[in-house]
Amino acid sequence: MLGPSIAWYLGVAAFLFGTGALGVLVRRNPLIVLLSLEIMLNGANLALIAFSRHAANGAGQIFALAVMAVAASEVCVGLGLVVALHRRRLALDVDRLSELRG
Amino acid sequence: MIAAYSAGGALVWIVWVVAGLACLGSGVAVVSFSNPFFSALALIGNLGSLAVLYLLLSAQFVAAAQVLVYAGAVMVMFLFVIAYVGPRSETPWSGGPSWQTIGAVLAAGAIFLEIIVVIALKAGNRLAHTDHVNGTFGSPGWIGRLFLTDHLLAFEITSIVLLVAAVGGVILGSHTKRADEEASA
Repeated sequence: MLGPSIAWYLGVAAFLFGTGALGVLVRRNPLIVLLSLEIMLNGANLALIAFSRHAANGAGQIFALAVMAVAASEVCVGLGLVVALHRRRLALDVDRLSELRG
Repeated sequence: MIAAYSAGGALVWIVWVVAGLACLGSGVAVVSFSNPFFSALALIGNLGSLAVLYLLLSAQFVAAAQVLVYAGAVMVMFLFVIAYVGPRSETPWSGGPSWQTIGAVLAAGAIFLEIIVVIALKAGNRLAHTDHVNGTFGSPGWIGRLFLTDHLLAFEITSIVLLVAAVGGVILGSHTKRADEEASA
């Protein structure tokens, strides 16, 4: 394989996952929490594809595509929640949304 | 022959460094921008540079799906909702470091360090050698054949997950008259 070995790709994936985790934990705007979640999922996807290339096995790419579908579903539900919050005139702040009562 | 090989390797390294730095930089930008609109735009750059990394790993179909599904469909939905909700800037590091921020930084750094240490200590030698793949690896036809033979169950369950999420999105997004009255009351 030309270029860097798999370990370099895994380093990038680890950094992306850590950055996304930081965003999920620190940020309070639910939209940015969702965006950070996407970064975490993409870091995991990069690791899956790197291992798929390492082992010359397609299962990792299949799993990455499944993760993409799950991420699209999660964005769909998450954005639905944000729109519902906005319609009820609740503050878009995950620290203040501590009650789940409808 | 050897010269051509090393030139190709250098080119791959250059592309990798540029795409990797763009990926890391835009990832940090997503987390640190105060305006969600700019965060979403930075995430589009992150997804694009990740697609380049996928191409270097000979995952052509996943790279194309990444650009189409993520950078296309999902991010357009994000930008629509951000425009609908309106610009709400939030200063991410306001009020000095709270215990929550410190804990979050420590936890995220611990995750990162843990992965790096495991890769470096345990797997570094084994990851140096990579199996050779032929030209069909990662092509759409190859992925489709895998999806419809070995991983058929995953394919079908994915369709159910997407259906349930679509129904859930419609239920969450649809507004009943009662809910509007409660909100305005």
